[in-house]
Amino acid sequence: MGLLFEQVLNGVQLGVMLFLLAAGLTLIFGIMGIINLAHGSLYMAGAYAVAFFTLQTGSFWLSIPIALVIVAVLGVLIEYVVIRRLYARDHLDQVLATFGLILFFNQFATVIFGRQPLLLAPPPILSGHVTLFAGIPYPVYRLMIIVVGMIMAIGLYLLITRTRLGMLVRAGATHREMVRALGVDIRMLYTIVFALGAVLAGFAGAMVGPLSGVQVGMGEQILILTFVVVVIGGVGSIRGAFYGALIVGVVDTLLRAFLPNLLRTVMVGPEADALAGGLSSMGVYVLMAAVLALKPKGLFPAHG
Amino acid sequence: MAAAVTVAMVRQPLRIGFVTTLSGPAGYIGQDARDAFQMAIEMNGGKLGGHAVSLVVEDDALRPGQGKQVVDRFVKGEKIKLLTGIIFSNVAAAVVPDILDAGAIYVSLNAGPSVFAGKDCHKNYFVTSWQNDSLHASAGANANRLGFKRAFVLAPNYQAGKDAIAGFKSQFKGQIVGEVYTTLNATDYAAEIARARASNADVVFQFYPGGMGIAFARQYAAAGVKIPMVVSGASVDPVILKAVGEPLLGVHVSSQWNSDFDNPVNKAFVAEFEKRFKRTPTMYAAQAYDAALMIGAALAVTNGSVDNTEAFRQAMLKANVPLTRGSMKFANNQHPVQDWYAFRVVKNASGALEIKTEAKVMENHSDPYGKACKM
Repeated sequence: MGLLFEQVLNGVQLGVMLFLLAAGLTLIFGIMGIINLAHGSLYMAGAYAVAFFTLQTGSFWLSIPIALVIVAVLGVLIEYVVIRRLYARDHLDQVLATFGLILFFNQFATVIFGRQPLLLAPPPILSGHVTLFAGIPYPVYRLMIIVVGMIMAIGLYLLITRTRLGMLVRAGATHREMVRALGVDIRMLYTIVFALGAVLAGFAGAMVGPLSGVQVGMGEQILILTFVVVVIGGVGSIRGAFYGALIVGVVDTLLRAFLPNLLRTVMVGPEADALAGGLSSMGVYVLMAAVLALKPKGLFPAHG
Repeated sequence: MAAAVTVAMVRQPLRIGFVTTLSGPAGYIGQDARDAFQMAIEMNGGKLGGHAVSLVVEDDALRPGQGKQVVDRFVKGEKIKLLTGIIFSNVAAAVVPDILDAGAIYVSLNAGPSVFAGKDCHKNYFVTSWQNDSLHASAGANANRLGFKRAFVLAPNYQAGKDAIAGFKSQFKGQIVGEVYTTLNATDYAAEIARARASNADVVFQFYPGGMGIAFARQYAAAGVKIPMVVSGASVDPVILKAVGEPLLGVHVSSQWNSDFDNPVNKAFVAEFEKRFKRTPTMYAAQAYDAALMIGAALAVTNGSVDNTEAFRQAMLKANVPLTRGSMKFANNQHPVQDWYAFRVVKNASGALEIKTEAKVMENHSDPYGKACKM
């Protein structure tokens, strides 16, 4: 029982991380119509910025807001220099251009920081573990990610539903041309949305850096799962990103956690482990395929 | 006679194709290998075995497809006949057949996948580092030495990961209570670590090289798992040690080389490497350096030429040059026969973490695939 709870927590933590990334990606895709593969690079930029400034200032807490500012500026820069030229182009061109950005940023990071992974340890109060019920120790850091992620989710929800900017975002996600026809400065909206997405991605990277390491290419691995979340949740929908991320996080983690032992009841050890490994890594993609087949617009589409 | 001497003096340096992983989370591994190999050349005045060589370096980015393109260019375009440098077994599995089919020679300084150690062994294919399974067999032997009986084992789901667990199991005499293959390059192991803790294992063996190793070690410690870890040198190297720190204290490691080995070749190697690059060499650097020394010994006999592959082969097999790890011999499948040692991560006198040699765990060990090789 305790193990199940722990694994669900692990799934929620992964889900919360994916939400931060997927929220930005889905907004950019839904409102701006841009497939942004460089989202993973912004995630990496957040991690590197926090690592760098923690080393410089000695304070993890101080380096987070600095890193977020840097990533926001980076987002605005990318939008101005590259993304602006892609609004009118088709998705394949966008994929090519943003893929080029990935290559550029990976090389750039290697030039500045070198090939060695950066040391970024969590601050001492977050380093240990607490004992949950049933005597299960759980890392404090992961709990913090869950808490912070939920706060960000609530904050984003309030932003989207209670502010004027949020209203423009929702309108833009529903019908871009109409918003433009109503005289809203769509370019400013786009820049803000892109910067917001960048900050969310950079924040996710900053959170994950102390957990999984800061290295060149760390964005690519999580980007694929993020796209799965966006597809499952529905493009342009923050609600979809939230529920989709939690579903993907929990399903993926529970499959990895329990499928092997489940299979071991019907098969021999090594075969069970091998089959379980294959099935659990397939799991979320099968789920995505099922969602696409049954509800092609995703589970919580923005356009209703 | 004079004409032959003139020709020899004007001959171009022998080009060695160096395909390695220089980008991505494991980029520091290829960098160490390249730097050490290049250093060996420069320490000998731009020569190996008395003959001028030059390295042609390209990145495979841990992508078999990219590795294939690079090798194509080296072998078919630039007509390079001696190649080395591949770190990862999935790249090796894709490109080594192309190299051998083109009649060129490949000397592995790291990846030693089992597929080329048995019936697919080849006269022009040499492995100077280790056959993949052996590296992890040393961890299995170490686990035996330390008295562990129930192991939970983890590795990424690719050829070297499977070799790793097969190798560990080949020596470990206890019971395997859990066997996990995670996605290659995934860096969140929360679910798997929770499973390890819930199993009744008394030892955990993992093979997570490079960036994966950093992530795993950190998360393992943060999760409060008290089960001791026994790993091979690929999972805990000086870079990983530096990036993870305290959580790795007390981990048991085994390998064929450690930076504190007390022979003259190693002492000179470590001193020069630290002076040039301001970092402790990993075993990948030591292996690259040893490979350079052995290639040099062969080139000394073949007069700097690799055109006669059989002559080169005989020279390589007979090479008896002192290495950073001491010495090694070739088995019939042209993979190493060598000693293996156990180390422990400890704090040295100044409080810094280091990997300290403790004991020998296997002597003159050769891999089990040689029997299937008909050479």
